Amino acid sequence: MSDQSTAPARKGLFSGGFDLGRLLLEGRAFFALIAIILFFSYQSPYYFTTGNLLIMSSHVAIFGLLALGMLLVILTGGIDLSVGSTLGLAGVVAGALMQGVEIQAMGLTLYPSVWVVVVLTLGLGALVGLVNGVLIAIFKVPAFVATLGLLYVARGIALLMTNGLTYNNLGGREELGNTGFAWLGFNRLWGVPIGVLVLAAVAILCSLVLTRTAFGRWVYSTGGNARAAELSGVPVKLTTIAVYMASGVCAAIAGLVLSSQLTSAGPTAGTTYELTAIAAVVIGGAALTGGRGNVRGTMLGAFVIGFLSDGLVIIGVSSYWQTVFTGAVIVLAVLLNSIQYGGRGSRAPRKASPPKAA
Amino acid sequence: MTAPSQETGRGEVVLSARNVGKSYGQIQALKGVNFDIRRGQVTTLFGENGAGKSTLMKILSGVISPSSGEIVLDGQTLRFASAKEATARGISIIHQELSLAPNMSVRDNVFMGREITRGGAVDYAEEARQTRALMEELEEDIDPATPVEDLRLGQQQIVEIARALSVNSRILIMDEPTSALSASEVEVLFKVIRDLTARGVAIVYISHHLEEALTITDHAVVLRDGAMTASAPREEIDLDWIVRNMVGENFDLGSPPTGYEMGDAALSLRGLSVPSANGTRLAVEDLSLDLRAGEIVCIYGLMGAGRTELLECVAGRTAPQSGAIVFEGEDMRRLSIAERIARGLVLVPEDRQRDGLVQTMSVGQNLSLASIGAFTRGLFTSRRTERGLVDASIRDVTIKTDGGGAAIGSLSGGNQQKVVIGKMLATHPRVVLLDEPSRGIDIGAKAEVFRLLAERAKAGIGVIYSTSEVGECLSIAHRIVVMRRGRIAAEFGADVTKEEIMAASGEQVAA
Ligand SMILES: Nc1ncnc2c1ncn2[C@@H]1O[C@H](COP(=O)(O)OP(=O)(O)OP(=O)(O)O)[C@@H](O)[C@H]1O
Ligand SMILES: [Mg+2]
Repeated sequence: MSDQSTAPARKGLFSGGFDLGRLLLEGRAFFALIAIILFFSYQSPYYFTTGNLLIMSSHVAIFGLLALGMLLVILTGGIDLSVGSTLGLAGVVAGALMQGVEIQAMGLTLYPSVWVVVVLTLGLGALVGLVNGVLIAIFKVPAFVATLGLLYVARGIALLMTNGLTYNNLGGREELGNTGFAWLGFNRLWGVPIGVLVLAAVAILCSLVLTRTAFGRWVYSTGGNARAAELSGVPVKLTTIAVYMASGVCAAIAGLVLSSQLTSAGPTAGTTYELTAIAAVVIGGAALTGGRGNVRGTMLGAFVIGFLSDGLVIIGVSSYWQTVFTGAVIVLAVLLNSIQYGGRGSRAPRKASPPKAA
Repeated sequence: MTAPSQETGRGEVVLSARNVGKSYGQIQALKGVNFDIRRGQVTTLFGENGAGKSTLMKILSGVISPSSGEIVLDGQTLRFASAKEATARGISIIHQELSLAPNMSVRDNVFMGREITRGGAVDYAEEARQTRALMEELEEDIDPATPVEDLRLGQQQIVEIARALSVNSRILIMDEPTSALSASEVEVLFKVIRDLTARGVAIVYISHHLEEALTITDHAVVLRDGAMTASAPREEIDLDWIVRNMVGENFDLGSPPTGYEMGDAALSLRGLSVPSANGTRLAVEDLSLDLRAGEIVCIYGLMGAGRTELLECVAGRTAPQSGAIVFEGEDMRRLSIAERIARGLVLVPEDRQRDGLVQTMSVGQNLSLASIGAFTRGLFTSRRTERGLVDASIRDVTIKTDGGGAAIGSLSGGNQQKVVIGKMLATHPRVVLLDEPSRGIDIGAKAEVFRLLAERAKAGIGVIYSTSEVGECLSIAHRIVVMRRGRIAAEFGADVTKEEIMAASGEQVAA
């Protein structure tokens, strides 16, 4: 009985310490971002100025958009390696459309206006995603392999279309009525670059979809246990196809923003960006096994990576060291992930087996 | 409350818990428990869902460490650093939730982590030989080379038992080892247990099949809300004593609901044949069955009789090879699982870990998973409506939890099972198929589920209830169908005896 009376006090103490640790662990991306900003502000007076923050944010917008699509895919327990290539292909297709579409039979050239270009490019992204999704959900090709294939195919098509060259004149011409492409990359609304606003809009949309709609539940349950989800009436195949399509569309948006920012569209744009996107999602606390993660974390992850690499550039660290630092941050993040989920994982070892992919 | 020190004559205490407590945040799973395990004896542990049985066993086998108190092994106070250390000291445990690697073979699972090697390489032949010997001892016909994922739940449980037996430990803890086994398989296991105790092995046995557990008990202990409430040798106790100490009152599982008119056929199966998982034979053969609205039909059968395959086919998980499934006049064969659920035909699956629960989601999200449509307004889900639905489910099936936000993993095994049942009942089905739904739920909860089913049946839903416990058939079913090797072997009304049912299933009736 004496044991009983001491128990509450000890429990209180224990849970207090526990909560602090938990807070640090769960908010790790947030604290990492603060630490990065503090460190670089101390190193360079230029770092923490509105101008620089906005420039860095518009860099983050590209990775952030890719990461949001990647988050949806990873939540279902999949992976999308094709987003970097889709980004490149989307830019090239947009560039080609801006140059005008020749219709040989009628011997005339069409110059679609910018909004048509945007819609067609997004459609292309959705199409790449659809191919991924159908391969994975219907034909049971492992996600890693299917999207790796599309990584090569999409990149190859982009190179074929341009013969390896880059489209430089994306401005359009007044008399053709197709100006305005630069708006995405250069203009500002209320002083904020359009790219950042697009990221914010997509992030809010994703967050609403994930937390407040039936589809969001389908995504989380498919990643958590596809068999149980299916037996509960969740359309697992449809959900899988939809998230890859969403990821493709996100990559296409990123492709448009990037080529607009650069005022050029090259076939090699976005090479290895898929890895940065995965890193952002993982740093944001999502589990690669699916079912765990959220938009807030992923956004923090994207900002951590973006602000870190830009900061290293600003204080003049060599690009070789930048690569090393980025890698170290990713490993550290995954390490913390396994601490966070490790304890729970061992309770039910059986669920660790991913849904059979073969 | 101190540990009773009655002279049972047999066996000294080999392992004991002294004043052991365990808390998870605010929850106190164990409150200063004393518990003794004696050599050559079967100590059974009874208690409601969430009473702390599994927690105590995990502490005694080194899987988790206690928040307070100590463990005494052979008179020596110690602390296990890990489960591996406990195993090295001769303690092994069969966990309530299976812990097999589904992609590996039976042989590899039995020897996982303790591979037999010869000259640096694994001696597969020897491992297979020993596995086969263990299967023979358990009177099961399971090939050591079969991948575990191809086995039915009951067979997986046998593999888990074989693995625990292969260690040759002197203390063996069994946490609900028989929840998916039928009476004759349990009989074989009991024979093995008696052999072990005769050799001086100390056994702890946990089960919610109270009558069954009584037949193997030497000494019974009852836990309630994390504290020991009673302890007595076999001679002094009976079923009443257990139930009284477990839940404080006596439960009658009741009898099938009566006093209302049944409707027309709600579900008709016509000449249904279903291939087995590996496609080599038919698991269900040319089976026809009618279920009327308001009727409760129990399907009884041994492991491998084809009950699970039948129900999974009706629910839409697998396609039939031939035959028709007609639900309320509509052919179901072309419809997806989701469409069948929407029309009111739902399945409560047998294996809660694999088919029932999404471990990454909360209790509430699991409960509402099958009825998302019911709380979606336009595009968005309504949190208030969802909370109402979740709270009602928690109350209906009496889930012991902090609330809808708790993690699934923080629930006791039986309470996890109740989540799976509650989830499907929340869809307001017209016909509900339950595959061994009582696996791991305590007698009070079982009575509650039975009451709920009876109530729903009176309101006109049809129930098919698959079980391997004969007693359950008698207290809920209007009609009892016995399956044997994929076919209906016999059909009985509610006035049948246990012996008749068991005889029809091909089971040797114990004298
Ligand atoms: N990891 C955990 N986190 C929080 N609470 C837990 C955890 N594990 C167990 N509990 C709680 O401890 C209590 C005892 O659980 P335990 O699993 O020991 O019950 P049990 O007697 O084995 O029940 P059952 O018959 O359902 O298997 C329950 O209230 C449960 O919710
Ligand atoms: Mg338990």
